[in-house]
Amino acid sequence: MTAPNAQELLAVIASRQLRDDTTVFAGVGVPLLAAALARQRHAPRLTMVIEGGIIGPEIAPGRLPISTNEMRAGRRATMLPAITEAFLFAQRGFVDVGFMGGAQIDQYGNVNTSVVGADYWKPKVRLPGTGGANDIASLCREVIIVTAHEKRRFVPRVDFVTSPAWLGGGGARAAAGLLFGGVSRVVTTLGILDFDPASRRMRIEATHPGVSVETIRENTGFALDTAPIVETTAPPSADELAMLRALDPERRFLG
Amino acid sequence: MKASEYDFVAARRRIEAKAKSAGEKLTSLEDTAARVKDGDTIAVGGCLFSRTPMALVREVLRARRRGLTLARNLTCHEGELMMVAGAAERIVTAWMSIGLPWGVSKILREYVEGGKVALEEWSHLALGLRFKAGAMGVPFLPALTMLGSDLVGVGGMKTIEDPYTGATLAAVPALFPDVALLHVHRADRFGNCQIDGYPHMDADIARAATTVLVTAEEIIPEEEIRRHPDRTVIPGFVVDAIVHVPFGSFPHECYALYEADYEHFGEYTSAIDAKGSGAVREYLDRYVHGPASWMDYLDLFGGERLARQQRAARDLVS
Repeated sequence: MTAPNAQELLAVIASRQLRDDTTVFAGVGVPLLAAALARQRHAPRLTMVIEGGIIGPEIAPGRLPISTNEMRAGRRATMLPAITEAFLFAQRGFVDVGFMGGAQIDQYGNVNTSVVGADYWKPKVRLPGTGGANDIASLCREVIIVTAHEKRRFVPRVDFVTSPAWLGGGGARAAAGLLFGGVSRVVTTLGILDFDPASRRMRIEATHPGVSVETIRENTGFALDTAPIVETTAPPSADELAMLRALDPERRFLG
Repeated sequence: MKASEYDFVAARRRIEAKAKSAGEKLTSLEDTAARVKDGDTIAVGGCLFSRTPMALVREVLRARRRGLTLARNLTCHEGELMMVAGAAERIVTAWMSIGLPWGVSKILREYVEGGKVALEEWSHLALGLRFKAGAMGVPFLPALTMLGSDLVGVGGMKTIEDPYTGATLAAVPALFPDVALLHVHRADRFGNCQIDGYPHMDADIARAATTVLVTAEEIIPEEEIRRHPDRTVIPGFVVDAIVHVPFGSFPHECYALYEADYEHFGEYTSAIDAKGSGAVREYLDRYVHGPASWMDYLDLFGGERLARQQRAARDLVS
């Protein structure tokens, strides 16, 4: 078994965050692969919800969807609700975990997928936008962000808060009316980050094997504290990698 | 957002003033385009490259409408065509590009960064609730989404205090479009519509809009509708025009009937990579203004390609 690449590492570590007998709102790409892997391996009673209006799909190996609302995404689903209804399951509290990626993320876990630059109406770079990311970040019981760990992505303050996590930290999220959820973890190619319970600032919770706390700090655009105990993650096992690779034989999302 | 988008009193008056006939609605694509006016807000059904009313979008482009607002939850290459053709000056959406494998849309970047088109971004659920509020005839719906984010300021969404608990809620404003463009699996000649697979937001969009234009893969006898009335999602009295258009979403997908043509998207985006928006102008000449009819348009893809996409769809739902 060859060593995992960055996408494989992300998918495996992310899949371990999911528990059996829960529900997960998953976007396409690595989050969907991670959810599918968890369901196959350790969480057979995990239900996926996909924003195009899909509940309980069984993703076919080699037929991975490109978008959240095409036929491939809904294969063998148990329900195809209207899109608005799919999100309302999350608003009602039925979705335990929201899995999302992020173009730009700040020290309080807020994510920007809208615009780079100070003026929304005259952006330096126009990105595709929120899609359902804002809703997932607002409504799921817990949100896990899955992203490559690069200094340019981890900025002190995002140019634009597309998807709110802890906003300005402390009690800012609840004060804005976001009474539930929030980002609990950021799974990256270097380790796992969580948030200080009081300040809601990001901190290092675990490092991947062979990665030091210093390396994570060097690749982050803001100061990072550590959790009281910094764990080392277990490397992806042979059976995790084999199952994951079987899901994406075309290497559409695993690179 | 414009005040006219959530003016529920005016929107209600428009529906009251309309003929709500159970009679004949069957007409031609050319006739549907005549019901879209410059400056209208048009809501487009489906989602991204699923069940997009492509034949209707093409007809609006052929009629060279101007100053339109395009409202769609996730916007795909139909939005790029409307930008480059100069048809849309404003897009109300949650996301725009073709799809993940093709990266961030270069047309989106050119037209929005250059200030040629305004893109008003709402969260996916918020846009769904805007159509839902419109469908319900109310000026807004309370919700727990979009709060605290910078999206609030983009469209000018307001918050309200819950009169019962005092909590802060999003007051998601209604969106009453002038025109809805929808594509469905089957309908009768009176406009009773049935959809298979993903419902998307079409039923709400139909109720929210003033004028509802629908294409259907198949026109079926009224008796068949009456045999399965539980499958009807849009009643005839909501619909103004119905047109029989097989492959009416192509190259986008129509659930269980044909899969989206990813190869076509690849060719389209490769041409843009090479020539920028000039490639889209060439595309408009070739696919929109060139073929006189929808059948001529489909001929550009060829029967073998259409059959291949049908087989792929059957395989996915079997």
